[in-house]
Amino acid sequence: MSHGGNAHGYPTPPPSSARRVLGHAVARIEDRPLVTGRGRYAGDINFPHQLHMRIVRSPNAHGKILSVDASAALAMPGVLAVWTNADIAELSPIDFRADKNATGIREFRQPALAQTYVRYIGDPVAAVFADDPYVAEDAAEQVALAIEALPVVMSASDPPGEFEPGRSSEAIVLHHSFGDVEAAFRNAHAVIELDLQTGRHSGVPLETRGAIGVYDAAKDLLELHGAAKIPHRNRETLCRMLNRAPSSLHLHESHVGGGFGIRGELYPEDVLVLVAAMRFERPVKWIEDRREHLMCANQGREQRHRARIAVDRDGHILGIEDEIFHDQGAYIRTHGVNVPNRTMCMMTGAYKVPAYRAKARVRLTNKTPAATYRAPGRYESTFVRSRLMDAVAAKLGIDPVEVRRRNLITAQEMPYVIAFDEPGVEALEFDSGDFPALLEKALKAFGWDKLQADLKRRRAAGELVGAGVAIFMEESGRGPSDNAKIKVDPDGTVELITGGASLGQGFETVMAQICAEALGVDYRRVRVIHGQTDLIDHGIGAHAARATVLTGGAVHVTATMVRDKALEFASELLQTPADDLDIVDGMVMRRDTKGGPSIALGDLAKRLAPGSKLLRGRDPQLAAHGWYNTDHTVFPYGVHLAVACVDRDTGRVAVERFMVAYDVGRAVNPLLIEGQLVGGCVQGLGGALSEEFVYDEAGEPLSATFADYLMPTVHDVPDVEVLLTEDAPSPRHPLGLKGAGEGGINGAGGVIASAIDDALQMSGAITRLPVTPQRIRDLLRR
Amino acid sequence: MARPVPESPEPMKPAAFRYYTPKTLAEAVAVLADVASDDGRILAGGQSLVPIMAFRLAKPTHLVDINGISELARVTVADGKLKIGACVRHAAFYQPVCDGPLGKLLATVVRSIAHHPIRTRGTFCGSVAHADPASEWCALVAMLDGEMVAQSKRGQRVIAAKDYFAGIMTTALDEDELLTEVRLPLLPADARVGFQEFSRRAGDFALGMAVVTYQVVGGKIATARVGIGGAEPSPRRIAEAEAALIGKPPGATAFDAAAVAAAAAIAPLEDFHTSADYRRDLVRAMTRRALDSAAV
Repeated sequence: MSHGGNAHGYPTPPPSSARRVLGHAVARIEDRPLVTGRGRYAGDINFPHQLHMRIVRSPNAHGKILSVDASAALAMPGVLAVWTNADIAELSPIDFRADKNATGIREFRQPALAQTYVRYIGDPVAAVFADDPYVAEDAAEQVALAIEALPVVMSASDPPGEFEPGRSSEAIVLHHSFGDVEAAFRNAHAVIELDLQTGRHSGVPLETRGAIGVYDAAKDLLELHGAAKIPHRNRETLCRMLNRAPSSLHLHESHVGGGFGIRGELYPEDVLVLVAAMRFERPVKWIEDRREHLMCANQGREQRHRARIAVDRDGHILGIEDEIFHDQGAYIRTHGVNVPNRTMCMMTGAYKVPAYRAKARVRLTNKTPAATYRAPGRYESTFVRSRLMDAVAAKLGIDPVEVRRRNLITAQEMPYVIAFDEPGVEALEFDSGDFPALLEKALKAFGWDKLQADLKRRRAAGELVGAGVAIFMEESGRGPSDNAKIKVDPDGTVELITGGASLGQGFETVMAQICAEALGVDYRRVRVIHGQTDLIDHGIGAHAARATVLTGGAVHVTATMVRDKALEFASELLQTPADDLDIVDGMVMRRDTKGGPSIALGDLAKRLAPGSKLLRGRDPQLAAHGWYNTDHTVFPYGVHLAVACVDRDTGRVAVERFMVAYDVGRAVNPLLIEGQLVGGCVQGLGGALSEEFVYDEAGEPLSATFADYLMPTVHDVPDVEVLLTEDAPSPRHPLGLKGAGEGGINGAGGVIASAIDDALQMSGAITRLPVTPQRIRDLLRR
Repeated sequence: MARPVPESPEPMKPAAFRYYTPKTLAEAVAVLADVASDDGRILAGGQSLVPIMAFRLAKPTHLVDINGISELARVTVADGKLKIGACVRHAAFYQPVCDGPLGKLLATVVRSIAHHPIRTRGTFCGSVAHADPASEWCALVAMLDGEMVAQSKRGQRVIAAKDYFAGIMTTALDEDELLTEVRLPLLPADARVGFQEFSRRAGDFALGMAVVTYQVVGGKIATARVGIGGAEPSPRRIAEAEAALIGKPPGATAFDAAAVAAAAAIAPLEDFHTSADYRRDLVRAMTRRALDSAAV
């Protein structure tokens, strides 16, 4: 670890009060089709003559395939084909997104159809193609599988088993460390060890997955519709797997009913519809049903941590050590080992930790594969870090808030660099932040001191009620590059083409605001295009809180280029120096006087048509294609506060209050950020209290319906209070922006555990998420 | 006899079935007599059956839809009993359907059944025929010693609650019998009633519930019924809990004793959400709270 880092780059951006639309809580522009029933989701996309695919899934959690008998299915009218792995023998397993993660783990990738072994209940074994989706489903039930059952591994902290003969189910062991850990623990006033677990949960979008493959043999053009999240990156992977040039394979995003990290990753079914579309020369459609979704889409979060912390007598952290058992499920999917890596690198959070050593054992189990879910690795590590800090407070008799205060990195220490010893492990370079200030603001806004008195009084009257705090770092806007194309139409409409993606988060509105601010137009006149690989060759999609920062940066750069071009030509037409001109509501006019000469941007666009004399050798069109390039990640941060009340008799936890305090650097649209934070918080409460993918000892998933996988409803969550601050705009971003997609969920597990401990007045009681009523009763019965 | 609706040319999400729409009770039992042995099922509100058909966990060959039989859609009071026809929806009980404590109790209990849209389709008798252990109506029927009227082509019979519930989703109904009516005794005006259940979220299947009624004479509990649902394969009255109440003044001491007795008396179901110990905890808490809520 070392302090210091890059010099500040960009000047501090102005507050929203000095801006026209950027930073303002304006209404969303994408909702009209959605609220008038005109949305177009994967299920709404149909092509003439299309086939429908249904997957035959493994009923065994682990087994060897002896035979697949499709004769009865093939005899059914309307059934065209039934494929097994033999029919796609040349197809590589579903590949990792980035090859650099692949060392030593390629053998654990998932084949599109199981080859010799099945490894979880739901593993695709065969694909039925028929004229009708339900005929395909009827036929799939007639495909007879003979599978020899093999022993299952159901816990990542049990001794590893065999993934296949001669290959351990411990795929890889990863390391992150810095500082002298031995010395830290040797010199410690106190050492505390905890054994902690986060439960298996995941994002469950309203819209299940869907994929439609279309092949145009005349053009040798392959299309995947129903894409989401990262169309461009998935195109790269698909091109690698199918050996096609990017220009001959396009992905198309339509409306998407929620993503949360899991929707839009590349799955076996996506590849199968493409291969089938080429082979049958007919469009092939696949729509997942809810039961399949709860058994087959990426799950996440399941980890066990054996964590230790060393502190001095004042509660200052000397060192942290952690051994992580990461339950990867049956295969390693597109992210490789990103989640255990993010868990390790974010473990120290917003605290000064002189020495740190973590080891993550990535282990395969016979469950649905795991991957990234909103705040991957951070929800988990914040839970562990919060438990450690509470344990330190209890052990040393220091107030839990005070012990946090003493360890926070300060504003004076920014930028703050955390460098790891391991070669190739990227350093964290916190760009800006005032963590103590946010903590104090949050405590004040929550009325923490008065609350403590109230809670004490209520507890004295017999209630089990308490409060907790969790402090966390987020990361967002990782580079390297994104781009945007902007063109002004002759009627003044602005077309903005991005390689971003919309999962419902308000992407179009945010990009329109950034474009409108720079260009000087009404944001509602900006048509935002996203998720179409044939319209723009590169794009980073919508993941890891990147879109607003990185794509927004590209939109800002490009809109500024269009603005400069507009002012250059307007200056000639209006015979006014460009510096004296401004663009207001789409009119170029003099800055200083009203009523002077002016020209509409649309008219300017008309006068820049090819052949215009005005051009004098310069390129036609009021348009630009710009790039935003950065080597950096920007780091937002937050504080969660919660009050929980436990029903002594039933163990039910009522979350009475929850506050998300979050510094976003500069907000593009506070309304949408609040929506992101509240929505994330509700998901986090689900993972903290009720949502859990449970399997029995034979690997049978017990949470494959909405009656068993318990997402919070409106009855179960409080009105989430949001304190959005802009204290620390990123000096590494032209607009000071930081991401906001994951700040609502990050600390929810940690803070709920703290609040319940406090309610029970049992320090360290909560060691496992979710905290179910039964687990609370077990604690109270002890 | 009702003819099946011609098989739809459109395939569908559930496995294929033949669909019948009788217009009279006589037609319905005639169809049922023909198809029951070939996995024929009755469709009323469909709130349990249709979702499991969509999952293909149930694949009935024949579906006899009784929603068109108007004679089954009635609630009547006669002979000191409330008679609830097979097509009466849960939502019919939002407002008291009869005078006195029974109507009030039904109106309380209905609020815990799933969610409003489900209550507008699902039926009282459908719940009783389905006999999910977590059914609120089943617990109520057991507590009140209700009667089930079963009709088949062979005739009609009346089954007492204690003879009716036979385990998880299992009843004394024969496969060709249609549950046409459930009869509940009206409660005396001075009967106190209470209901409490515990579920993970509002509207979820309850993990334990108690439904109670008692009368107080001369400051002491003179009659008492304690029904427990959601905790055992079938709901039932708990004699030990009732005995703990009789002759005692209503209040914390008696209620606690009854709650402890109920928790001790049950043989709890276990599942991954719920251990036996936890279920006993819930039964104790719900019994105590149901008795408390009856007292006010």
